[in-house]
Amino acid sequence: MKKFWCLFFIFWPLVAALSFIVAPARGWWFPGPAASPLGSQIDDLFYLILVIVSVTFVLVMAAMGYAVWRASHNTEKSNFTHGSHSLEVIWTIVPAGILLFIALYQLDVWAQYRVKGRFPKGVLTAPIAEVTARQFEWRMRYPAPDRKFANEADVQKWLRQPEPGDLHSVNDLHVPTGTPVLIYLRTQDVQHSFFVPMLRVKQDAVPGLVIPVWFEAINEAKNVNPQLQGVVHEWVCAELCGWGHYKMKARVVSQPAPVFRKYLADLQREELDDGAKGAAPVAVVPGRDADLSVAGKQPVGGQPAVNE
Amino acid sequence: MSTLNPASQPALVDHAHAHGHHHTQSFISKYVFSTDHKVIGIQFLFTTLLMLMVGGALALGVRWQLAFPWESMPIFGKVFAKDGGQISPDFYTMLFTMHATVMIFLVIIPVLAGAFGNFLIPLQIGADDMAFPVLNMLSYWFMWPAIFCFGMSFHAEGGAAAAGWTSYPVLAGLKEAAPGSGAGQTWWLVGVTFAGVSSMMGSINYMTTIINMRAPGMTLFRMPLTIWSMFITAILQSFALPVLTAAGFMQLFDREFGFCFFRPAGLIINNAAPTIGGGQTLLWQHLFWFYSHPAVYIMLLPAMGMVSDMLACMCRKPIFGYKPMVYSMAAIAGLGFIVWGHHMFTSGMNPALGMTFMISTIMIALPSAIKTFNWIGTIWGGRIQFNTITLNCLGFVAMFVVGGLSGIFMAAVPVDIYIHDTYFIVAHFHYVLFGATLFGVFGGIHFWFPKMFGRMMNDTVGKIHFVLSFIGFNCTFFPMHLLGVAGMPRRYADPYMHPYLEHLLPMNQFMTISAIVMGFAQFLLLGNFLISIFVGPKCGRNPWHANGLEWSAPSPPGHGNFDVPPVCYRGPYEYSSPLAGDEDYLMQTKYLPPAERKKEADAHFHAEHDV
Ligand code: HEM
Ligand SMILES: [Cu+2]
Ligand SMILES: [Cu+2]
Repeated sequence: MKKFWCLFFIFWPLVAALSFIVAPARGWWFPGPAASPLGSQIDDLFYLILVIVSVTFVLVMAAMGYAVWRASHNTEKSNFTHGSHSLEVIWTIVPAGILLFIALYQLDVWAQYRVKGRFPKGVLTAPIAEVTARQFEWRMRYPAPDRKFANEADVQKWLRQPEPGDLHSVNDLHVPTGTPVLIYLRTQDVQHSFFVPMLRVKQDAVPGLVIPVWFEAINEAKNVNPQLQGVVHEWVCAELCGWGHYKMKARVVSQPAPVFRKYLADLQREELDDGAKGAAPVAVVPGRDADLSVAGKQPVGGQPAVNE
Repeated sequence: MSTLNPASQPALVDHAHAHGHHHTQSFISKYVFSTDHKVIGIQFLFTTLLMLMVGGALALGVRWQLAFPWESMPIFGKVFAKDGGQISPDFYTMLFTMHATVMIFLVIIPVLAGAFGNFLIPLQIGADDMAFPVLNMLSYWFMWPAIFCFGMSFHAEGGAAAAGWTSYPVLAGLKEAAPGSGAGQTWWLVGVTFAGVSSMMGSINYMTTIINMRAPGMTLFRMPLTIWSMFITAILQSFALPVLTAAGFMQLFDREFGFCFFRPAGLIINNAAPTIGGGQTLLWQHLFWFYSHPAVYIMLLPAMGMVSDMLACMCRKPIFGYKPMVYSMAAIAGLGFIVWGHHMFTSGMNPALGMTFMISTIMIALPSAIKTFNWIGTIWGGRIQFNTITLNCLGFVAMFVVGGLSGIFMAAVPVDIYIHDTYFIVAHFHYVLFGATLFGVFGGIHFWFPKMFGRMMNDTVGKIHFVLSFIGFNCTFFPMHLLGVAGMPRRYADPYMHPYLEHLLPMNQFMTISAIVMGFAQFLLLGNFLISIFVGPKCGRNPWHANGLEWSAPSPPGHGNFDVPPVCYRGPYEYSSPLAGDEDYLMQTKYLPPAERKKEADAHFHAEHDV
């Protein structure tokens, strides 16, 4: 029985280690390698920590297993000791060093991701879109294709006030590939979270705040959808926002710049089309995005709206 | 009887007799509205075990939906869900909200501080009861309004609270935001407040009792680590809890009286008129986590202390590094107050805060590591006995290591960007809360059961229960790490509508089946516990040959605890001491003649300087 219990505890770390080996092949792993440079850095960090942690885990469990093994075969009185000063020092300082290394090593990736001063040059004043979450969908507002922002104050003005040339879509964000892009994220109602797993970005949309989020999508040839000429990145909500939280399904499509421009142009044409053949485009009324919401809505299963 | 500086001399005051006049009591005052800390502790234990089963049933509802989405659930479905046993998405949000609420506020916190804290503190420090027995009784009875409120939450219009146990506004703060944010959320807030009041009454009592009522000779550094952990936990509680209570009232005022602490202006929710406000939703997150991060240690430290006691006893060896153990618990408690922001890395707070919280969070893994190494050091060179208690303690250590290590991924902010709010988080906290704390509690139940009821629990059943729980636990929760890495968000009623998660269904089914096995295994514990109360073999005072003062009292101890007033002569971990002669333990109360005492003091001097 002694043997059984020792093996019992030694068995589990092995299973755990093994599971990490088989997991990627079975798809229990990242949904593909990161499709963004910052995302790759996050993955690298993840793997670095995984290695450190796995080694630690195996060593600690081996030590425990061995200690248990020995202690179960001990026929004499236990070793009467209250501890060891030098061991305490060693096992305080060594992990402290490793932990401190992990802590400091990753600061830079975080800074690149979140500190405005470290954002790629110019993205703050060239937003791709304003993304507004609501129960349970995402709404895009692109600035008019020819809209240039003079400075951040100008961006703020645009964020405060919809402009006539703005373009709108729902649950479908298009961005140019190969260049850093920035969205301004906000929510119309409760808290949501912008999560694009393939790009490794996540940012909460917080009521009352407008938060800039930047990322860069790199298209890998094998993932390109020929129809869209771009890569579709699934986009979900990562902060509980109500009963329909799970179905805030959307997508980020990264396309080469010309295709992206064409997408915006098409969107513009569609939006200015009042149905009268050949008629000149009429001025766009701010706020008409409400009607558009239906157009891009994903077919969703489940429940009718609550709170009738 | 208050002994701030307990002298090392035998006490002159007879503790047991001071309360002699209580001995004739009616049934009600003896077993129901009792002021005896042992009865209260056992009341807490029964209640929390009951709630454990309730919380478990709710969890199985969650698991059912993840394994067999939208299919009607047998048994539980008929009881809980309305539409023919099918779990609707809004009911799903209620299920996981109430599961977490029950487990945290009605199981883990009260089982540690309420059940074991109450039962053990006076016994282990050699007091005849708590400092404030009536307050103690109230602390138990304030659990019931909490239970009542959480139950009412289910019957409220719109259903139970559904905004997660974190209850972030605006979702939780505005009635139109979700069906469960109606009356259900109000009941929830009131319930949490009652649970808080109950904990607070307990904490005050524990601190006072530990500071003032130690037996003669029970100096601070002779206290068992269980007592240290209860003491530190009580301090954590009393500093952190007021913040949660205040925040709860603020949310209540927001909801009921039109205040706007957490409600910004201009939100359009569910097509209602735009909100009026000027508040900050992030304020709630700060306040909530300022409590709830220390709270996760409130949910762990006592188990750490108890496991230290049990492990030393079962290995027949002094705890390795007693003082480092105490200091690292204190460090965890101290650091625990400055890491709350790690729950908010993606919340949009100032990125500089993200960095500071990241560093403090990573450093909190250090005392956790030290404790782990010391446990292994305790086993090393010991003489281990494989009984249910040992197994649960080993399970505790192993699972705590997994949980602590997964914490490092999440403490690394850039990595947390990806894994925040995925199943990785769910894996992490179940490893620490279930894997560690609950296994510690299982061990503790078996260890102190003889003292509570004067009888032993069945060891074979205990072992089977352990094996089933341990395997079931790991099969249920380990894969969650992988799901998290695969990007599966938490709190999704139907993840499979997203193509990148579709292939995870079989894995989830496997986890659900494991969870069901584990859930039903708990009936073994309950059965063993309940039956042993009546038919377990009778035991003497000290069935484990342990050192603590509690083992010098009769099993079960009568009113006033000790028939012989205890005097404490040494620390609690003198197992296998050369001075013990043929025995391998040396009780804290055991008197040695002066010559031997000198030897002991010398030995201790060396030991101190070894550490
Ligand atoms: C070893 C040190 C630990 C570290 C470094 C650590 C780190 C973290 C971090 C960074 C998070 C937030 C993750 C996120 O939401 O993105 C987290 C969540 C959590 N941790 Fe830990 N943790 C540690 C130990 C513990 C312990 C000992 C417990 C409990 C006994 C615990 C309980 C929790 C809980 C309950 C949550 C999630 C709460 C929620 O979002 O619902 N952690 N931990
Ligand atoms: Cu959501
Ligand atoms: Cu925390």
